[in-house]
Amino acid sequence: MYEAVIGLEVHVQLSTDSKIFSGSSTNFGAEPNTQASLIDLGMPGVLPVPNAKVFEMAVKFGLAIDAEIGRESIFDRKNYFYPDLPKGYQISQFEKPIVGPGRVTISLEDGTSKTINVTRAHLEEDAGKSVHDAFDGMTGVDLNRAGTPLLEIVSEPELRSAKEAVAYLKVIHSIIRYLDISDGNMAEGSMRCDCNVSIRPKGSDTLGTRTEIKNVNSFRFVEKAINTEINRQIEILEDGGRVIQETRLYDPDKDETRSMRSKEEANDYRYFPDPDLLPVVLDDSFISACRDALPELPEARKARYISEYGITDYDAGVLVADRDVADYFAEVANTSGEGKLAANWVMGSVLAELNQTSGSITDFAVTAKQLSDLIGRIKDNTLNSKTAKTVFEALLASEGEVDAIIESKGLVQVTDTGAIEAIVDEVIAENPDQVANYRAAPEEKQGKMLGFFVGQVMKKSQGKANPQAVNQILSSKLSG
Amino acid sequence: MSLTSDDVKRVAKLARLGLTEAETTETLAQLNSILELVDQMQQIDTHGVAPLAHPLELKQTLRADAVTETDQREKFQAIAPQADAGLYLVPRVVE
Amino acid sequence: MSQITDLSFSELKKALGDRTLSSVDITNAFLDRIETLNPTLNAFITITHDEAMQAAKEADAAISNGTATAYTGLPIAHKDLFCTDGTLTTCGSKILSNFVAPYDAHVVSQCKNAGLVSLGKLNMDEFAMGSSNENSYYGPVKNPWDTTRVPGGSSGGSAAAVAAQLTPLATATDTGGSIRQPAAFTGTSGLKPTYGRVSRFGMIAYASSLDQGGLIAHTAEDVAHGLGLIAGHDSRDSTSANQPVPDYTETLNDSLKGKVIGIPKQFFDDRLDSRMHQAMNDVLEVFKSLGATTIEVSLDHVAEAIPAYYVIAPAEASANLSRFDGVRFGYRADSPADLMDLYERSRGEGFGSEVKRRILIGTYALSEGYYDAYYKKAQQIRRLIRDDFNRALSSCDLLFGPTTPSTAFVLGEKTADPVAMYLEDIYTVATNMAGLPGGSFQAPLIDGLPTGYQLTGRAFGESMILNAAHQVQLATDWHTLRPEGV
Repeated sequence: MYEAVIGLEVHVQLSTDSKIFSGSSTNFGAEPNTQASLIDLGMPGVLPVPNAKVFEMAVKFGLAIDAEIGRESIFDRKNYFYPDLPKGYQISQFEKPIVGPGRVTISLEDGTSKTINVTRAHLEEDAGKSVHDAFDGMTGVDLNRAGTPLLEIVSEPELRSAKEAVAYLKVIHSIIRYLDISDGNMAEGSMRCDCNVSIRPKGSDTLGTRTEIKNVNSFRFVEKAINTEINRQIEILEDGGRVIQETRLYDPDKDETRSMRSKEEANDYRYFPDPDLLPVVLDDSFISACRDALPELPEARKARYISEYGITDYDAGVLVADRDVADYFAEVANTSGEGKLAANWVMGSVLAELNQTSGSITDFAVTAKQLSDLIGRIKDNTLNSKTAKTVFEALLASEGEVDAIIESKGLVQVTDTGAIEAIVDEVIAENPDQVANYRAAPEEKQGKMLGFFVGQVMKKSQGKANPQAVNQILSSKLSG
Repeated sequence: MSLTSDDVKRVAKLARLGLTEAETTETLAQLNSILELVDQMQQIDTHGVAPLAHPLELKQTLRADAVTETDQREKFQAIAPQADAGLYLVPRVVE
Repeated sequence: MSQITDLSFSELKKALGDRTLSSVDITNAFLDRIETLNPTLNAFITITHDEAMQAAKEADAAISNGTATAYTGLPIAHKDLFCTDGTLTTCGSKILSNFVAPYDAHVVSQCKNAGLVSLGKLNMDEFAMGSSNENSYYGPVKNPWDTTRVPGGSSGGSAAAVAAQLTPLATATDTGGSIRQPAAFTGTSGLKPTYGRVSRFGMIAYASSLDQGGLIAHTAEDVAHGLGLIAGHDSRDSTSANQPVPDYTETLNDSLKGKVIGIPKQFFDDRLDSRMHQAMNDVLEVFKSLGATTIEVSLDHVAEAIPAYYVIAPAEASANLSRFDGVRFGYRADSPADLMDLYERSRGEGFGSEVKRRILIGTYALSEGYYDAYYKKAQQIRRLIRDDFNRALSSCDLLFGPTTPSTAFVLGEKTADPVAMYLEDIYTVATNMAGLPGGSFQAPLIDGLPTGYQLTGRAFGESMILNAAHQVQLATDWHTLRPEGV
């Protein structure tokens, strides 16, 4: 039996307006090289000047994971040649990173939680992008992304399964979203993940040879890539082979990892302090200003939701994972005054819809105000669960506001006992056989048989009859 | 410490410097004489001395997060060895 | 009357102010002389004749309509590692032989803003690596005092152009002596300011923590004028010092009475050539006659400055020169087979042998397993050297010594032996390691060849250096001697 040992290096693009060392825009999707200045291009004679905002963002992250903050951090040069790396070195932080050891807590499937230690987080510049297919025999280089600020968050190798790795990644994602330091969009590459994977016999405390899977770009692929790599390594060892330390790439189409030899040779980065930059010294006032500006973080918000809205630990965990969802829920709960109903609707209908459409809560068709109105109409018995669902569908289709939909679809619940009695009478008259059977049946079986009559009444009322009233009137009339 | 011609080749590869055999041989002797000069440093006891990266030991100043650059692609790519469709071109890179 | 090109920068400034000369007169005179002498001296790589004449006309217009600055219309030439927008900027290298810079260096735009007329770009050792200007892709520069000799380096073009009166003022840079040593070899005045005094933005880097832009001219007064133009904080250079810029000309005439000149004993040991020693004593006598006193000081680790320098500078250079890869600008090898071939041949063919040597040394010193023994050790020694200087300068106002071990050597004399060439900078390198300002000024000739003495000041103490040198120049005529026969 083998055990996996996994550590993640998560690269997060910080959502600054300008780049880490130049005044170029960081906007995504511009025409190639239109956001590449002299500095981003590494022209002869140019010099980097760091963006203050990246330090604020990095310090906030450090405080959020309870980490040591590097009061004096130093930028180093990491030397290697690649066409998307204009200077032939990447400005990064090596010996003195901005964020030192910290920790995050992940929830495991069995309901327990586990602390994962974060080794460090450091600031660096992103590289450009290569375009491989547009030119015959040539690669095109777009340096718009070069110089975009990155925070690289390095975990200790304390993750033991692909699921744990994903849980960790989701916590990191949640934190950066709460801090609003990145859009965390993995599809656009704003958050990328390198997975260091090795295996060893269970119970062993020596580390196996690890491989690094580069640039995995979704939660799902992280899970699949790690599992695929674990299985590959197990097969090698089972066959009596040896795992080679190397960089690999995950191919989601084939669900396999393959060796990236191009990045492999001569890994001697020759780190040394960048002489174009001086030590960045952060004083107490800077750090305490960052601390004061920290928003409520997921763990704190979860605890608050449990006590404030009376919802379960599990529900609160689901609701706070995404800051925008959590905000949406809070608005629905506060406006409607119905925490539990709000939780049910957000988790059931809203998140289900978002999952299905891969949509985002921030441009979701049903606003928090509308969902809160809907809940209000359930509370005042205008809607029952069935008609409420119809209204929700109509809101999704942007058919109007809650009351207008109820009106136009004629969904007001019938609670008038006289009207219900009339329908009950009709149903009894139309089904003499069933009535006779019911009356002949022993009492303990009657409950089950009542369902038929309820269904008939609801059908005739087009679902609008109040189900409690229907039950009550039916059982009294049938027994009479 | 003294270099071998394999060392020179390894370092030249790291630095992406194409050297001919003759250059490698000539360079080897010169580099070794330079290293001999450099090794005079080892006579000095530097135990406990903090490395000095910048003579004046100033602190970094930071700039505000503002976009100050405009698109100058045309001007910058006018001096590029090879560019097309706004991209710098290099021989095909296989990943 | 003497010729226009005989005049110093300060004299030309006066003539322009008096309107006895126009900028067109001055610019024409220097361009003519460049045309005559540059084929022999090879001091200029690029002569911007038409742009200069255009700028001179505009300067004259500005002078007559009252929009001129105090410096409008005066000539200057730039070392060819300062980027000049729209003008070839080669750094003395084949790899930049087609590089028309797309922007101006801070120093260049400061000069432009003051209305100076740039005559062109000056030859230099490739990437500022060298002490003889023999490492230029554009061929060696000849010393105007004796064209069989080198002008020193790396700012050999700047020094030779001033000495031969091809320009009255030239920008230059100094990483280990590249302003001071050529100034000494050519009988000119050169100043390397404090590290951080002049912005490095647009100055193509050799060794970032040591490089500093400065000037070469005929007199300390000229340098004072030039320094006022190029010094000052620049937010585009993180290592640029945010310190006020004094008027360097204002203190030139301060008395030297009571000033203390420190004599580092390591500079005057028995290895110093006796005639050079005598020349230095002659200068010291002048200082004493002006009321200064001397004390002996010690720079204990100065001997290790060269070894440490030849780790730090190549290490920084090895990374600084990685951007010259044939991808975005500059030389690209013909028909590269693949990416590796593109890199190796563009760089292999584009860089000269001294540059390659330093890239190799620097790459080696930073490579895995050697960092502590080389780079870290060198940085530790750097601290010891810096502390030595600060200690010495706490007991005196200026440090005094020879700039070079000898007068200008013969072309080709040291090209086969890199280490012998490196030892040329034995008196100058330590100043860069300490980041302090240093100037070289004219001392008595030896065998008809110039020599220089060096003054090193406290951080941002350029005024003191220029003041002292100016006082000596008022009392002597060494700085007025010009090479004959060119």
